[in-house]
Amino acid sequence: MAEPSLKASVPSADAAVTESAAVLATEQLLPMYRMMFLIRRVEESLLELAESGKIGGAMHTAIGHEGAAIGMAAALRKDDYLTCTYRGHHHSLARGMDPQRAICEVLGKAPGFAKGKGGSMHFLDPSLGLMGANGIVGAQVPHAAGMALASKIRGEDRIAITFFGDGALYQGLMHETFNMAQKWKLPVIFYCENNRYSEMTPISRTSSVDEIYQFVRAYGMESIQIDGNDVEVVYEAVAKAAERARAGEGPTFIEGITYRLSGHMAGDLETYRSSEEIEMQRAYEPLTQLHQKLIDRGVPEEDLNQLRAEVEEEVQAAVEYALEAPWPDLAEAYTDVYQV
Amino acid sequence: MRKTTYIQAINEAMRDEMRRDESVFLIGEDIGHYGGLFRVTRNMMEEFGERRVIDTPISEQGFMGMAVGAAMVGLRPIVELMYMDFFLVCADQIFNQAAKMHYMTGGLVNVPLVIRGQQGGGKRYGSQHSASVESTFAQFPGIKVVAPATPYDAKGLLISAIRDDNPVLFLEHKMLYFTRGDMPDAEEQYTVPIGKADIKREGRDLTIATFSYSLLQTLEAAEELKAEQGIDIEVVDLRSITPLDMESVLMSVAKTGRLLAVHESQSNAGIGAEIVARAYEEAPYLLKAPARRLGMAPAPIPVSKPLEEELLPWKKNIKAAVLEMMR
Repeated sequence: MAEPSLKASVPSADAAVTESAAVLATEQLLPMYRMMFLIRRVEESLLELAESGKIGGAMHTAIGHEGAAIGMAAALRKDDYLTCTYRGHHHSLARGMDPQRAICEVLGKAPGFAKGKGGSMHFLDPSLGLMGANGIVGAQVPHAAGMALASKIRGEDRIAITFFGDGALYQGLMHETFNMAQKWKLPVIFYCENNRYSEMTPISRTSSVDEIYQFVRAYGMESIQIDGNDVEVVYEAVAKAAERARAGEGPTFIEGITYRLSGHMAGDLETYRSSEEIEMQRAYEPLTQLHQKLIDRGVPEEDLNQLRAEVEEEVQAAVEYALEAPWPDLAEAYTDVYQV
Repeated sequence: MRKTTYIQAINEAMRDEMRRDESVFLIGEDIGHYGGLFRVTRNMMEEFGERRVIDTPISEQGFMGMAVGAAMVGLRPIVELMYMDFFLVCADQIFNQAAKMHYMTGGLVNVPLVIRGQQGGGKRYGSQHSASVESTFAQFPGIKVVAPATPYDAKGLLISAIRDDNPVLFLEHKMLYFTRGDMPDAEEQYTVPIGKADIKREGRDLTIATFSYSLLQTLEAAEELKAEQGIDIEVVDLRSITPLDMESVLMSVAKTGRLLAVHESQSNAGIGAEIVARAYEEAPYLLKAPARRLGMAPAPIPVSKPLEEELLPWKKNIKAAVLEMMR
């Protein structure tokens, strides 16, 4: 733990690192900041609801991971396909999912986008290109490659992006998918949110490879390692990968270094890391970084306070709406088994 | 009217649907340039090209997952599993993903995917290339399962499966591939509905509900039982396992009063147990004698020919079961 950044700001030397430079205008960054704060507050509210026993099952928040989602949403088209892991609230909200319906879904309430049947681990909204978070580690990755294959078969220029954690790299189907995606030059972006823990186990204890982005080099795939907490860096990397994909140049693997400030799931005992480690990371986390960026560019603090106050109100209203929302009709238990 | 093989019927169904619908494509191992290990996808590459007939590496999880993804955005993939036993290699993508997707998404996404390939014993392929999987699949709502026995049903059911908006498992049988049967002329369009059984032999004394290659074994057993014992068997070809056409089974039992379910997947906790249980639940008063099931004996399938035939629910075992029931 000698290196305080835990790599967040010092990716390894031989990786093609995108330099953090002002690539987005302040007017572009402001809505991104707003959205990032909204995601943060939605997730913090969900954790509170979980603690109070209103949310059952497993709920995984992405507090600290928001940089990847926000940078991606700015870099891709609205109709580009996206699949992600069960830690997927942030991607969905960043792409425009209604927070009200999102919270309803986690609570299993009728106005949820999946009528409360999917819950926290299955966020999706096909109208926003959100083709599904997934409860099985890695399972969503071939789905995105298949969507990219569909684009290729149809001759369309919609691309696909899929998000997964560092833990997913050790599932066999990931490597099957990397191989086929590269061989067939599929328009897909593999985005690894490396928070350095496979659930509760640090990857240093399980991985035979130190640098995750190097895995796919064996398949001849373009692969970079970036600071996943800097929205501009993420934006630039995803935009470039998207350009390559649309040009028919094939997939790109992006390893975005990040850090999960929250537990693996609500109720995680977090015995595997120290509170000092978490505190260290707070200096590098995406919301702090983006806030500082805006201040450095001369945005008055009171403007940001105002923005956050608006979001607080919106999230509070969404939580209240969801708590009051009705349960699904019991007949829903039997519908949607088959498309009729 | 003409005669075709079972293989040709499946090939024609895929070809016709691919000509009709641009969203249908084939994906699997050795299906393109080679034409499929069992030659079921012969000539497809020549007609439809590499864009729609995709040879994969030996990566069942990966290509099954990609087919699921492509189906989620509206394409209609037909995945060939070279041996149905390999479904276990990619089981997560089939059961946790394809079968549950429509429900988990509250109906927002559907997966119009066909998984097809051959299963079953009889060719001495041994334990990992001979299993019958229909009973396992029947445990999972969200995926339909069909297992046609004749070329006519194979073509008609495959067309229905391809047009279905849900995942469908299309079970072929290695012993059926070179069987021949009546078929309408190539230009004549028809489909066979999923979920509808068909009476393949009428009889008065006992109903056998079966499907796939067991149907052929059952029909032979029925002829011999008639000639040797005067027992008149009615044979209901289920054709679909999910959904199961219990109505046709019970209509037949209403006539015969006796029910035997025959299939190649395990007897234990199998689809035959389900058929028998439902007969007792839904119409116990129809049964003059205890209903029975005859599936695969509780062992993996061995290579040795006499051992394989000992365990499989083939003619000899079917006849023995009928004679016991008629005693």
